[in-house]
Amino acid sequence: MKRILAAGLGAALLAVLVAATANPGASAPPPDIPLEQHKGPYTLAPLPYATDALNPVIDTATMEIHHGKHHQAYVTNLNAALEANPALKDKTLGEIFAGVSQYDAAVRNNAGGHWNHTLFWRTMAPPGKGGAPSEVLRAQIEKDFGSFDAFRKAFQAAGMKQFGAGWVWLIWADERLQITTTPNQDNPLMAVAAKRGKPILGNDLWEHAYSLKHQNRRDAYLAGWWDVVNWTEVTRPFYRAAAVPG
Amino acid sequence: MPIPFPPLPFAENALEPAMSVETLRYHHGKHHKSYVEKLNKLIAGTGYDTMPLRAIVERSAKARKDRKIYTNAAQAWNHAFFWDSLAPQSESPGKMTAEGIAAAFGSHDKFAEKFKKTAMDTFGSGWVWLYQKDGKFAIVGTPDGDPCFLRHGEPVFVTDVWEHAYYIDHRNEREAFVDTVLSKLVNWRAVEGRLNALKDRQEAKADIRRQAGGKGVEPWFIA
Repeated sequence: MKRILAAGLGAALLAVLVAATANPGASAPPPDIPLEQHKGPYTLAPLPYATDALNPVIDTATMEIHHGKHHQAYVTNLNAALEANPALKDKTLGEIFAGVSQYDAAVRNNAGGHWNHTLFWRTMAPPGKGGAPSEVLRAQIEKDFGSFDAFRKAFQAAGMKQFGAGWVWLIWADERLQITTTPNQDNPLMAVAAKRGKPILGNDLWEHAYSLKHQNRRDAYLAGWWDVVNWTEVTRPFYRAAAVPG
Repeated sequence: MPIPFPPLPFAENALEPAMSVETLRYHHGKHHKSYVEKLNKLIAGTGYDTMPLRAIVERSAKARKDRKIYTNAAQAWNHAFFWDSLAPQSESPGKMTAEGIAAAFGSHDKFAEKFKKTAMDTFGSGWVWLYQKDGKFAIVGTPDGDPCFLRHGEPVFVTDVWEHAYYIDHRNEREAFVDTVLSKLVNWRAVEGRLNALKDRQEAKADIRRQAGGKGVEPWFIA
């Protein structure tokens, strides 16, 4: 047993070394510990690209306000809500989500807001820089939705159907990929979600995500958004959720 | 018969600078219009297309399969009520309104404070209402498109707190928007008029009950 563990660790270390040497100029990957395993107090991570990098799909003003004001407010208010609820201070975000119905609305809304936006920023990249889904992910999408195009259409349709503020998600649940939506800043990790699962990809349906550029045309935003999806990063939560050896 | 798309009750630049032309063009000319157009498409050829807007809201709210009709009808109603709640020249509250506010909240400032707090606590998309229930004022925030009259009471004033209502003029500052509406744009004359109409209806109902001599007659035909 010990030997297997040691071999496994050795292989992991080797993989890290190989990755580091194969790609010496690459910036550090995001922390390997998923955000839901983190405890507060929380901080707002800088965007992994400049605020004008997603133009013309997402405009600079939207990025500045969305990250610098909205996301910052969720972080600030989450830390304040945790201060006000000392019993929550030792809990991870994932533990908070699992018992979310017992806590104040401020905990639910701001914990969700922080987690959701963190995944959102990470899984985007400048147009043309997002790569493609890994072969395993693409095969799974084709298996569960018929084709990659059918998946995109279903994701957009679900995004249109969510009335008011919320999110549309690609999740791993029941051993397959599924699409679901949540209202406000809820997410599929929360015990209150209509469909629970592990989020792979999420698009923000709040008007603050698109209205400066698209006004009331959520459909145009959803259709154009694919150009900034960072498939290389999307693969990471998928591998973790589906326990694919990556 | 299709539900009409009502024009703004003031010029599109009449609320400047408190509410910009750009906001009104999008909010009224795109958002509100699109709710009315979608609603008319959805109700064509159904029993709903002979009903007044409020009756469509009330009936579709009870039918799960008519959820889309409900959300579009409710938003059409809410927006029409919102525009009628605003005025370029905000005067001061009328006599009944001022008395009602003092009785329910203590003072006008306390009313404004409570209204703003409710707006901030209404997370996501929604509406904040001043309404009357059993002759008394109260404030409530409702989520998404839910109108106040379904579960709370008869509204006399509303503010839209969907982000589209304030994003062009105030970005993420919802509180600044609500503060501007309360201090510069409330159509107090309309609020007083609505209170008067409610009072008339309540008196008419009481009359009918009295004439029926306690035989349990409910004047359901008066809303």
